[in-house]
Amino acid sequence: MTQTMLNLHEMEISFGPQHPSTHGVLRVMVKIDGERIVDAKPIIGYLHRGTEKLFEAMNYPQCVPHTDRMDYVASATNNQGFVGAVEKLLGLTEQIPRRAKIIRVMLAELQRISSHLLWLATHAIDLGAMTPFFYTFRERELILDLFEDYCGARLTLNCMRIGGQADDIDAAWIQKLNDFLGIFDAALDEYESLLTMNRIWRKRTIGIGVIAPDDAIDWGLTGPPLRGSGIEWDIRRAFPYEVYSELKFEIPVGRNGDTYDRYLCRMEEMRQSKKILEQCISMIAETKEGDLKAKVSRVIRPPEGEAYFSVECPKGELGYYIISDGKNQNAYRCHVRPPSFVNLSALPDLVKGHLVADMVAVIGTIDIVLGEVDR
Amino acid sequence: MADEQEQKPAAKPAPAPAAPLARTKDEVLADPIVAPVTSAMAGAFLHAKEQVGEISLYVTPDAIVEVCRAFKAHGFTYLVDLCGVDYSTFPGHAGERFCVNYLLYSFKQNVRIRLKLFVAEGVSVRSVTGVWKTANWHERETFDMFGIPFTGHPNLERILMWEGFNGHPLRKDFPIRGIDTGARIYPEVFPPGGGPMPGSTGKAHGDVNIWKGPAVPLGRSPKGEVPETKQVEAPQGGDEGKADA
Amino acid sequence: MSATLPVVASLFGSIPEPMVQWVVWPTIKFVIAFAIIMGIVAFTTLVERRVLGFMQARLGPNRVGPQGILQFVADPIKLLLKEDIVPAGAQKAAYFIAPMLPIIPAFLVFCLIPFGPPPTFAITDVNVGLLLILALTSTGVYGIILGGWASNNKFSLLGGLRSAAQMVSYEVPFGLSIVGVLMLSGSLSLVEIVHRQELGVWNVLPQLVGCFIFLVAMTAEVNRAPFDLPEAESELVAGFHTEYSGMKFAFFFLAEYASMLVNACLIVILFFGGWTLAIAGKGLTTETMQTMGWLGLSLGFLIFAAKVAFFMILYIWFRGTFPRYRFDQLMELGWKWMIPLALVNIVVTGIVILLVRNGGA
Repeated sequence: MTQTMLNLHEMEISFGPQHPSTHGVLRVMVKIDGERIVDAKPIIGYLHRGTEKLFEAMNYPQCVPHTDRMDYVASATNNQGFVGAVEKLLGLTEQIPRRAKIIRVMLAELQRISSHLLWLATHAIDLGAMTPFFYTFRERELILDLFEDYCGARLTLNCMRIGGQADDIDAAWIQKLNDFLGIFDAALDEYESLLTMNRIWRKRTIGIGVIAPDDAIDWGLTGPPLRGSGIEWDIRRAFPYEVYSELKFEIPVGRNGDTYDRYLCRMEEMRQSKKILEQCISMIAETKEGDLKAKVSRVIRPPEGEAYFSVECPKGELGYYIISDGKNQNAYRCHVRPPSFVNLSALPDLVKGHLVADMVAVIGTIDIVLGEVDR
Repeated sequence: MADEQEQKPAAKPAPAPAAPLARTKDEVLADPIVAPVTSAMAGAFLHAKEQVGEISLYVTPDAIVEVCRAFKAHGFTYLVDLCGVDYSTFPGHAGERFCVNYLLYSFKQNVRIRLKLFVAEGVSVRSVTGVWKTANWHERETFDMFGIPFTGHPNLERILMWEGFNGHPLRKDFPIRGIDTGARIYPEVFPPGGGPMPGSTGKAHGDVNIWKGPAVPLGRSPKGEVPETKQVEAPQGGDEGKADA
Repeated sequence: MSATLPVVASLFGSIPEPMVQWVVWPTIKFVIAFAIIMGIVAFTTLVERRVLGFMQARLGPNRVGPQGILQFVADPIKLLLKEDIVPAGAQKAAYFIAPMLPIIPAFLVFCLIPFGPPPTFAITDVNVGLLLILALTSTGVYGIILGGWASNNKFSLLGGLRSAAQMVSYEVPFGLSIVGVLMLSGSLSLVEIVHRQELGVWNVLPQLVGCFIFLVAMTAEVNRAPFDLPEAESELVAGFHTEYSGMKFAFFFLAEYASMLVNACLIVILFFGGWTLAIAGKGLTTETMQTMGWLGLSLGFLIFAAKVAFFMILYIWFRGTFPRYRFDQLMELGWKWMIPLALVNIVVTGIVILLVRNGGA
């Protein structure tokens, strides 16, 4: 780190890696003048586990559980991205049974809701509102129960296989899902009643961390940070995978690109996810039970070549870039394009000139998971 | 987990389903998606290919910034991803060792293209941070993981590994079990002299001595107990690995 | 007083009467009050956790004793037994003194507060009681600044600075909001202020604005949500008491809760009729209570306690509902809204009093 001479009225603070509101082990070296941030420098890597290196040493099915550990609050979408990339490389994408695709979409959308709930909880508690935390965890618990019923795991799901799904869903699960969706709207309204029109909440979020649309593209932002700036772009719409091309849903966009707009975007995304889940429930009734897996050889060895496949994970575009040498069962190189990593890189510019308290709001609003940033 | 390299698969995998007929270099370069740029800067493109619907253009290192600018001017305003690849052990690879991949996206055409740039070890690549701000961290990561220097980068330092870390983890000659960095909390449990053996591939267990004493077969977690005496110098005559002093 | 308690009073038979009246009785009252207040303060922490739990769809502590009721005993024991850590580079003397500074005025103030109908429940009835209370509570900030500075921690320092600025800023509307009440009652004695209210109406009606400003300012004064910036855990880790542990931390904690209690008592006395339930001299006035003997006095105390409990729970309710203000917004609120509003309130009150007096005369 380059140490510069501080002005007499400036102070340098190491914000993290052990700090209540850095969402894990993010460290930000902040130079402050009074409480105003002069400069901020994120320091990452505390959770670096060399996942990309590990991918090179394992065969493809072995990699899937490791993808869970990157964005550990949205593991289903991580699975989806990885298996999707391998399937693309194998040329299997079109052969995945429809039922498996729908199950994947359902899991991914449930995961999106659960991830956004966790985001809302931590974002609110960062800004001092502690009660939404417990309310969102109440509903998140129901989603985790659904995951547990599906695959046995609650957090690191490892729920997708190359070529399809391992487990089917039954009527009881659908019923449980329906029960959850039945209460979800009321729950969302409850969170909103605490925050959306709350004067303090609006004061703390409106006009904070404003991202202009051009800047958002320049920084490579994806997900709600991009959409909050008014750019209607979603991988589910731009490059529809699974069955997204048949589903009706809207992409919420913000107007001002500030923290409040991103908050509204994510709230609306949860409502859209609920809509998608409802459509999936009616779609899955038309598919044959047990038809879950495409014909995949036991040894997965894609032909020589490279493929990039991305999914819209709750935080943005999660891409997997896999190079296969065609001779081994393991990827020659597997690069992950983590949305949190890219979104976090915009942090210094977003917080400059704001107060320390706003930095907490900005870190919350870009919704990072350090497992994914550091990989 | 690391040693199935030599395993022979029981059966040949099913042949991959017929990919779209591969187009030649010139056909890909003439694709309307990239044609405006490729026709204007024909000398900058060494090769081009298309696979699973993704166009890859091989760019000369000298021209990368200009090519990126040209693509940005033609609608590819968004740098999705930038990553390095170490091709040193790639079967049949003859060119330069490292490759830097740029993945560009055009909102107008809703299409991604990939630019590939090959460089030898130690040769620096021109930074595209002036074209896209997002390249900043991506290039830092590539530098950190592969040791590819980027000229013109405003702040080229390690990002995931710590300052002073010796090595570039994603290079193929970096052992997967890690190296002895000299940073240890309990020197009596993890003595000096750990880390990889000279010439280690990182794949065999005996390559690395992390725990003092005889090597433990893979798959069993080490006991991690503190040896009672500190002077265990003589090699223990372990079954496969040897205790390095 | 010796008439109401002849048996106890006879114990002091050998002591001269003035001594009993001016030394012994106040000491006994103060010791009892101190024990009760310590208990209440500790119990408040339990109530806070249970009430917050209720608001947040969870249980709160329910393991120690029936329904977790002994948690307030377990917590101090835990804090007493904790290792006392002094950070390297701390200014030792200041670091040790800092936790004691806020707790002394916080408890001292209770001497001045009547918890029920006088004379039994009022330890003293100082004729400038309110002024003394304001003076004492405002000294609590020294400990916080000192603690923040002495800890050798930048987060603590920022917390201390925030606290100093916040308390100084809100001291002004805190004081100004009371002026209206003083104009109405014409006295600084708390007993007298309550007495005026039972003869007329509770001050909250004529002084609605003043009451609102007082409510905001008293929340800001004790650093409670949504004004808990000095210890904003998501920004400053724990603010000024980041480096404090064990009993030193407990002192800060106790001081905060004691100040909460003081302020809740004050708002009840100033704006909500204290221990009385009377309008225009009708209902449960002090006089009725005194004539009812012990029963009436206890009733007065219970009414007072119930009103105070409501405001204590209001604090907790705030904490469960609101996000936290930002520092500059807090200052803005204080200087741009609260102080002008309080000044306008004083002027309007003065004009109204003049008009009523002239009209009535």
